[in-house]
Amino acid sequence: MKYLLLIQANAAGEDGVSADCTVEDWTAFDKEVTEAGVKVSGESLADLVTATTVRVDRDGRRTVTDGPFAEGRELLGGFLVVDVPDLDAALDWAARCPGARDGAVVVRPVADFGG
Amino acid sequence: MDGRAAGEGAHASVAAVFREEHGLLLAALVRRFGDLDLAEEVTAEAIEAALAHWPVHGVPPNPGGWLMTTARRRAVDRLRRDQAYAARLAVLQVEADRAGPVPAVEPGRDLPDERLQLFFTCAHPALAAEDRGALTLRCLAGLTTAEVARAYLVPTATMAKRITRAKRKISGARIPFRVPGPDELPERLPGVLQVLYSIFTEGYAASAGPSLQRLDLAEEAIRLVRILHRLLPGEREVDGLLALVLLVHARRAARTGPGGEPVLLDEQDRTRWDHPMIDEGRAVLTAALTGGPPGPYAVEAAIAALHDEAPDVAGTDWAQIVALYDVLLGLVPSPVVALNRAAAVAMRDGPAAGLALLDELAGDPLLREYHPYPMARADLLARLGRRRDAAEAFRAALALAGTEPERAFLRRRLAAVENDL
Repeated sequence: MKYLLLIQANAAGEDGVSADCTVEDWTAFDKEVTEAGVKVSGESLADLVTATTVRVDRDGRRTVTDGPFAEGRELLGGFLVVDVPDLDAALDWAARCPGARDGAVVVRPVADFGG
Repeated sequence: MDGRAAGEGAHASVAAVFREEHGLLLAALVRRFGDLDLAEEVTAEAIEAALAHWPVHGVPPNPGGWLMTTARRRAVDRLRRDQAYAARLAVLQVEADRAGPVPAVEPGRDLPDERLQLFFTCAHPALAAEDRGALTLRCLAGLTTAEVARAYLVPTATMAKRITRAKRKISGARIPFRVPGPDELPERLPGVLQVLYSIFTEGYAASAGPSLQRLDLAEEAIRLVRILHRLLPGEREVDGLLALVLLVHARRAARTGPGGEPVLLDEQDRTRWDHPMIDEGRAVLTAALTGGPPGPYAVEAAIAALHDEAPDVAGTDWAQIVALYDVLLGLVPSPVVALNRAAAVAMRDGPAAGLALLDELAGDPLLREYHPYPMARADLLARLGRRRDAAEAFRAALALAGTEPERAFLRRRLAAVENDL
């Protein structure tokens, strides 16, 4: 079963990189999930100041705005999709993710339409 | 015995068997099919079949086996009718087999005991805290949804929605039916114990409703703790929890007066305590306190045991109780524990010492709506002769108390201090 891990790291510094985990931590973690054969996909996201939102209203008109900006201390810093047997396994990977340390990881099962 | 009486007798024995076997049957079916909904459905159908057959044909020599065979046949029928469902379950089953937990067998029973994994699933931290107890009562205690709703004082429809939501999360997020490994157990077991203890405390000291104690709920909790105790021999915190609930429940008959009003420890008729239950609790407590530093449930049980062993309040070993609260505060730094410790200090060193400690807790957000806090202050203020302050604290407690007997009790205490003003 596939789970999306939304990594909401603690934005300690200006650059949005948590002081608690280093590039080496992330590299080691990525190596672990890859070698365990559970990683489906995953990316780190660029700095939040680069984010842009597009909305489309009922008439099809689109509006583009700058942002969003962080409202809380935690912001979406990346995601990972893992394919594991059950929620406990997904939670284990989420807990081992460097972004979980002093941050949070939201675990969402990927909908299965029987395909 | 006429036919009708025989039928009713058989019906009662079927109900008793169902009560005992329900959790076993459901857990075995969850293990077999990996699906809680299907397991519940065919468990209910097997019981219905038993209710129809047994009064006519007699209770079979192997009731559990009969129920299991019937339930499994119904499940196979259901899966034949619904091929897509069957295909999905087949995938789940392959994975469950790979996980391969070893079923325990309870002596004297004809079903394998798979309930331990169900305890962990029902108390899974990914479920909403308020749903864990409900699911545990539904799946393991075998209460109907209406009975669970009554236990939590909510309408049946509300409870049905909550249970459905919890079951959807279990299947949708695929919360596994498995016993955590030895390395995970220290992290997961407290969650299971917490669920059982909160069911017990809701029965022992109801947070709302017409009565102070709801003994059926407390007894349901004790039954569940006993099952867990059998399934996890040698887990000292399970020993601790069992000792605690026994040592507290032993005082049930003396805790309320004829009108349902609370009777505090110093006024309880100790001859009405359940002494065989105290003896059992003390024996279990010995195991909980042996072989290493005790956990929080064992420490709480030790405090309960000191109360149970004392001839009266004056003859209670308050110094030892304060010392145990110190240990408990080290394990569970909670303001509720600090409140209980302050009350014990008041008994050891006098009301002024206790009040000073209580005042240190003022403003703690966890105590803001906790009526025992103003009640404890009111009691000590009254003992110090500060009647005006005591009246104010009794009024604060009255505004927060959730059950009518407690409110009536507080109104009487308030009237007493106001009369003396």
